[in-house]
Amino acid sequence: MHELSICTALLARVLDVAAAEGGKQVSNITLCIGPLSGVEPDQLRLAFPIVARGTPCEGAEINIECAPVQVHCKTCGETSVARPNRLLCAACGAWRVSLISGDEMRLLRIELPDAACANTELSHV
Amino acid sequence: MCDICGCVGGTNHVHVAGPAIHGAKGRPVEIMQSLLHDNNHQAAHNRGHFDAAGVFVVNLMSSPGSGKTSLLETTIRALRGSLTVAVIEGDLETENDARRIREAGARAVQITTGNACHLDAAMVHAALHALDLRGVDILFIENVGNLVCPASFDLGQHRNVVLLSVTEGDDKPEKYPVMFRAADLVAVTKLDLMDAVGDFEPARAENHLRKLASDAPMLKLSARSGTGLRLWIDWLVSELKTKSHGPGALQAAIHG
Repeated sequence: MHELSICTALLARVLDVAAAEGGKQVSNITLCIGPLSGVEPDQLRLAFPIVARGTPCEGAEINIECAPVQVHCKTCGETSVARPNRLLCAACGAWRVSLISGDEMRLLRIELPDAACANTELSHV
Repeated sequence: MCDICGCVGGTNHVHVAGPAIHGAKGRPVEIMQSLLHDNNHQAAHNRGHFDAAGVFVVNLMSSPGSGKTSLLETTIRALRGSLTVAVIEGDLETENDARRIREAGARAVQITTGNACHLDAAMVHAALHALDLRGVDILFIENVGNLVCPASFDLGQHRNVVLLSVTEGDDKPEKYPVMFRAADLVAVTKLDLMDAVGDFEPARAENHLRKLASDAPMLKLSARSGTGLRLWIDWLVSELKTKSHGPGALQAAIHG
């Protein structure tokens, strides 16, 4: 299960960014995982709380945006949606296509609670 | 961003004492980076090291038992006297494969991963400290036998070769699209067993591979009988030539 290794790398990256931003806690982590990334979103959701225990990421909500598998046909020029193990042009059936989306494995953004406001007891109207 | 409270709602608002009443849940920080950013960075470093040393690096991936080590033993013997080969072996346990490679006549270093199901770029980097690359033309990295996890981790290699033995079934590319999409060459192995297996159709395997939009060549080999070995060696030498290497023994070897 390589998702555990990926979660360890993800945690390190998120903690670095949070520290640089002065965040003491991370409330939300948004990822983009495509069906052809080789990473299983459910496994990530399962593994992340294990590696995040006792860190500022403990309890962080994981949002996963799933990009569809899309191909661009080199023969007829059409763009279509495809299945992960059937990357064929939906218009002409050709296999000489290039993948446009579906293999992403990205950390998009994190969200830090508004600690600055809470600490200074400031809010705005 | 507001300098006072750090929110992203701009500066056109008034701060008052009291509990936070922000509309937004928190302060978003955009990152947009690969989840394997650190591994990719280490892999790029490894590749730079390989390029500087003039070494062509091939990552071998497959199920356990599909014949990676046997193919390497045969390859090392076939290249003896023309090209120098070294091997990084990845397994959960034992030095068995590295021992086999050394007996075949090549330098080898074994990485035992414990329970890790794949090699990563940092493991390969650590192994390089135990491997003298001077004079080496081709470095093979024999990944942990697994058709899932190794596909996600760049090691710094120049080419990926995925093995598919006839005993595994010809629908493996359809079942493991991420792995087979990563292949620069697919080697159908244990061809000598094809009659005994009975229902492996190389054309069917190739059809499944093409449905992954892959134009990777598919070679049919038997390390035991030597079938297809010439084509495999020709592919290696031709890929090695297309890599930009510095001058030296390597260029002399492949052009000589």
